[in-house]
Amino acid sequence: MKLLRWTPLVLALLTGSGAVGAQDRPDPNLARNLAATCANCHGTGGRPVPGSAVEPLAGIDSAVMMQKLRDFRSGAKPATIMHQIAKGYTEAQLELIAAYFAARK
Amino acid sequence: MTNRRDFLKRSLLAGGAAALPGLSGCALGTRPAGHVVVVGGGYGGATVAKYLRMWSDQGVAVTLVERHPRFISCPISNLVIGGDKTLADITLGYDGLRNTWGVTVLQDEALAIDPAGRTLRLASGGTLRYDRLVLSPGVDFQFDQVPGLESEAAQGTILHAWKAGAQTVALRKQLEDMKDGGVYALTIPKAPYRCPPGPYERACLVANYLKKTKPRSKVLVLDANDEIVSKKALFTQAFERYKGILEYRPGSELREVDAASRTARLDFDTVRADVLNVVPPHRAGDIAARAGLKLINDRWVDIDWLSFESANTPGVHVIGDAIFPAPTMPKSGHMANQHAKVAAAAILNLLAGEAPAASPVLMNTCYSFVDSKNVIHVASVHQYDAQKKVVMPVAGAGGVSAAANELEGAYALSWARNIWADMLA
Repeated sequence: MKLLRWTPLVLALLTGSGAVGAQDRPDPNLARNLAATCANCHGTGGRPVPGSAVEPLAGIDSAVMMQKLRDFRSGAKPATIMHQIAKGYTEAQLELIAAYFAARK
Repeated sequence: MTNRRDFLKRSLLAGGAAALPGLSGCALGTRPAGHVVVVGGGYGGATVAKYLRMWSDQGVAVTLVERHPRFISCPISNLVIGGDKTLADITLGYDGLRNTWGVTVLQDEALAIDPAGRTLRLASGGTLRYDRLVLSPGVDFQFDQVPGLESEAAQGTILHAWKAGAQTVALRKQLEDMKDGGVYALTIPKAPYRCPPGPYERACLVANYLKKTKPRSKVLVLDANDEIVSKKALFTQAFERYKGILEYRPGSELREVDAASRTARLDFDTVRADVLNVVPPHRAGDIAARAGLKLINDRWVDIDWLSFESANTPGVHVIGDAIFPAPTMPKSGHMANQHAKVAAAAILNLLAGEAPAASPVLMNTCYSFVDSKNVIHVASVHQYDAQKKVVMPVAGAGGVSAAANELEGAYALSWARNIWADMLA
């Protein structure tokens, strides 16, 4: 049974005609690319220039950042612009962004 | 690591750059390598140069070709025209790209591209060989579409100041020299043009200056569009504050100018100004058409939204104001910086023998000053639509300020410092 279950995958690997195309594989750079869309205002890697009016994102705990982003989206946290921008990303994208910045110590 | 990088550098110097991506993909894993040449050191070009180096851990060699010795920002330049900032405040050097990121910055001009041979010919006489070429050429003006403005002499009197630099300073000087009771007239071309809110911001900041120093003067906004193109309600409110000084005339397309008398002939009207500021219609920087890149409406470069690669010229990527925009996407410095990041990621994938990422996201923020301190914004987020093969604005996201406010004045200046660092530091 075990062998049977794995046969299609093995065949696909052997023939190089797997159903899993390059487009379907998880993109290792997805979080990096998404987080880069924040850098215009929040600085490269989430580190703004000294004396900047915006908050740094690098090193912020991801749960804290996710709560903030959810509050922006719901309107619970008032903002000038972030309530509008946060709604442009999916929950999954925001999770990736939050995790990416949390790892930038 | 060091050994491999040295090996790659040696190969590059030995002229083996073209063979490297394949080599890297097969023998060395998927680490990207090769030589990328970037034309244009503005918001798009400087960003793509930095991010290619940063994201390849300096494994990809990058040469940036820029005709000017320093970067001068269009965003914030209206504050120079209004007298709130100086040109020095919006001028930055390329030393960060050189010294921190190892980008080879050449002060030179790109003349011609050979896409088959993958070479770029320079005005200085040199030729650069590339694996991937990024054009971030900005816009060039279609002076031929404004009769009376074809000559250099006319262009020296009737300024555009729609590329920041000498023209910015010269327009400021014209305003300083204008007598109280004079007329400043600004003509706006039909959309799409560079920086949709820019002309309205300029009108506000000039009115703000004149109101304080020459209160009998007038600002005439002659707009070829039928209504305010960006942040309409907010600019309408701002124009109310300059009532008596600022007059907005929609549907006023410029047909001809007479430089000597500073006269603008419109469809149904003729306006004589003391300072005539004409933003002529523009198109993708000349090199795009010269290189035979496919243009849409004979003006803007047609690109693939996953890679920003030209629709008809493999190996050549185009970013910034020069491209045919996706729906509702503005031609802005912020957007060019975002194009640059998608293009950098895609180029690194391609150099490693992989497909570009399947679902790029871009976002935009444009802040506009309505006086020296108060600012309004427009923001949007754009996600890739696999069916339409273009990035589309996310419904329900984005928007504009509730009203002009000083807090966003601080954010606007902070935005400038951070995006300048994001591209150059």
